[in-house]
Amino acid sequence: MAKKSVWSDNRFWQRSAGWVTGVASVLLMWLTFDTIPQITLGTDADLENGVTKRVPGPTVINYKITYEMDKKRHHEVPVIGGANAEGKSSFQEKEKFFGRDDWSEEEARALLRLGKLGSQAKNCMNCHTLLGNGAYYAPDLTKAWLDPAWGPNGPMQAMTGKNTKEEAMAEFLQFPSQYPTHARMMPNLGITAEEAKGLVAFLKHMSSIDTNGFPRNFGKIEGAVHGK
Amino acid sequence: MANSHLKYESKKLATWYFTFAAIIFGAQLLFGLVAAIQYVMPSFMFEVVDFSVARMIHINALVVWMVFAMFGSVYWLLPDETGIETVGVGIGKLLFWAFAAAIVVVVLVYLFIQVGPADETTIWFIHEGREYIEAPRWADFAIVVVALGFVANLYMTGIKGNRSGIVTVLMADMIAFSGLYLTGMFYTDNISMDQFWWWWVIHLWVEATWEVFVGALAAYGLITMIGAHRKVVEMWLWIEVAMLFGSGILGMGHHYFWIGTPEYWWEIGALFSALEPLPLVAMFIHVLYDWGKMQGQEDAKGLEQSVITNKPAFTWFILNAFGNFLGAGIWGFFHTLPQVNLYTHGTQFTSAHGHLAFFGAYATILIGMMYLGVQGKNGIKIMRHTKSSIWATSMIFGGVLGMTMALTIAGYADFIISRAQWGATWEGYFAGQSGVWYLQGMNWRLIMGVVTFIGFLFLVKDLLSTGRAAHHER
Repeated sequence: MAKKSVWSDNRFWQRSAGWVTGVASVLLMWLTFDTIPQITLGTDADLENGVTKRVPGPTVINYKITYEMDKKRHHEVPVIGGANAEGKSSFQEKEKFFGRDDWSEEEARALLRLGKLGSQAKNCMNCHTLLGNGAYYAPDLTKAWLDPAWGPNGPMQAMTGKNTKEEAMAEFLQFPSQYPTHARMMPNLGITAEEAKGLVAFLKHMSSIDTNGFPRNFGKIEGAVHGK
Repeated sequence: MANSHLKYESKKLATWYFTFAAIIFGAQLLFGLVAAIQYVMPSFMFEVVDFSVARMIHINALVVWMVFAMFGSVYWLLPDETGIETVGVGIGKLLFWAFAAAIVVVVLVYLFIQVGPADETTIWFIHEGREYIEAPRWADFAIVVVALGFVANLYMTGIKGNRSGIVTVLMADMIAFSGLYLTGMFYTDNISMDQFWWWWVIHLWVEATWEVFVGALAAYGLITMIGAHRKVVEMWLWIEVAMLFGSGILGMGHHYFWIGTPEYWWEIGALFSALEPLPLVAMFIHVLYDWGKMQGQEDAKGLEQSVITNKPAFTWFILNAFGNFLGAGIWGFFHTLPQVNLYTHGTQFTSAHGHLAFFGAYATILIGMMYLGVQGKNGIKIMRHTKSSIWATSMIFGGVLGMTMALTIAGYADFIISRAQWGATWEGYFAGQSGVWYLQGMNWRLIMGVVTFIGFLFLVKDLLSTGRAAHHER
């Protein structure tokens, strides 16, 4: 009888499957140990000492946030507190958030928590996408805070009759069907004034997360359609 | 109902699981239709059953019916594989009722309470607001208890009875499947951290452990339905396990491109997720190869008959091999590279892939298992197609394929206009939504959704009546 080939031996393939799975799992865990510290929430001290974190601390709501092209990385990154000479976050320029730019770490954390809980309780993700994940029935919220539509010259701020971006967003969140922008409207979800404030803080914080350039060109192109 | 042809309690329990799965499958399609109508007619049920509610039920029902049908499939095949009655089947029955009751309560709360205040009580008692695993925390714990009981039964039976290669794969796979659910059971303020672990559940389910589960079911189906040789089938199964886990586990990286995680996930995710279609191609070839081989052996004997002992089930298994490769493999590969995904991520393109992948990879083979259940329960030796089974198969498969095409075309318009042209803002989003291709795509999606639903009605009719049809061989 001819010698049995290892290639048709079930034991060989069973062991191979075990090894491949084991190695892949160990690699995933090793990468997880590398990634977790990099996406851990930063602190107020980081912001004050000019330490750039991929996910900044909650007090980032005290700062001005923009989304600028990083020449080295070839994609846009959030710039916090204005840019320095190299185009990186300088953490200098503050911006008032509901009238204050001195939210303490505890206050900001509580506000972010309220907003994050609110984003889950109100089921935002089953219409919108957050960091690109969710449903596709409503706009992506990853950088919604930086959307020109909510800026001083944008239609949304004017529509709500408020003077600041955060107040306009909070007003819209509480009474969405009073401010329809399209036939497809956001429903009233019973969001209270306090919850709306939390949700806007959550959105501002999310816009400061380094998402490797997603979404690309956000807010940079206005009206490329129909030759406008 | 008479279960006279079923000798094993385990198989009776399996038919319960299949029945409940089919009901939830119906709910999934119904709420999918509601959501599809809302795309075309936004005022439909506005502030009554909003899109978010319909969509939550649509995707949650999807996950739940598949898990029920998967548990049912294991209870169905265990006696055949191990040669003994499932150990702890009594507890299994108790857990079935607990699981079904929990799901009914969860769905009713979704439907009638919908949203809660922004605090932890909502997360514990209404829903968690995290796509696919919205079930409130109390239900998470119920699911963990049920899953533990299920895995314990599988292990005790596998250890006591004959532990075939298929059972060994299932034992390894189901413990990972259950254990991974735990990584989705916590709350964090940090959205990046939240999504990082959320993907451990979603990705490692549908692109790793569920795929391996399908490999095991396909192996079982080939042995029972066309008499394929166990040694060959199980060798292929081990190769598939190696390929699926080898690519799928690190393929997780393709979800870590844009959620705040470091840039090295681009390379890791691109490489390994690009390899993910390979095992699906292998599975497709394997199923067709074994079929051809067994039929060829039959023909060589001069016998002019099909080797297939269950035509409708086998049809669904073939559609699984094809649909898995097409929906998960091809449609997944379309947008898995970061250069493309930067624009397509979170558009209707994703939705096109989601529909064909979940259907092709999982719904098909689980419907096939339901037919195996009907065959066994009615003591049928060779089960043939009926008019209804042919209508059901064609309309469901054609309907889902049609929805996928429509969503793909809508998706192109969506991402090119809203992302590439407009840079993803609010205004850009709605510019994309009002494109002509997009609007027509959404109309066709709804039409094809209705086709799918009518196909489902035929399927239910057939599953309930084919057991009594006279043209099967008993």
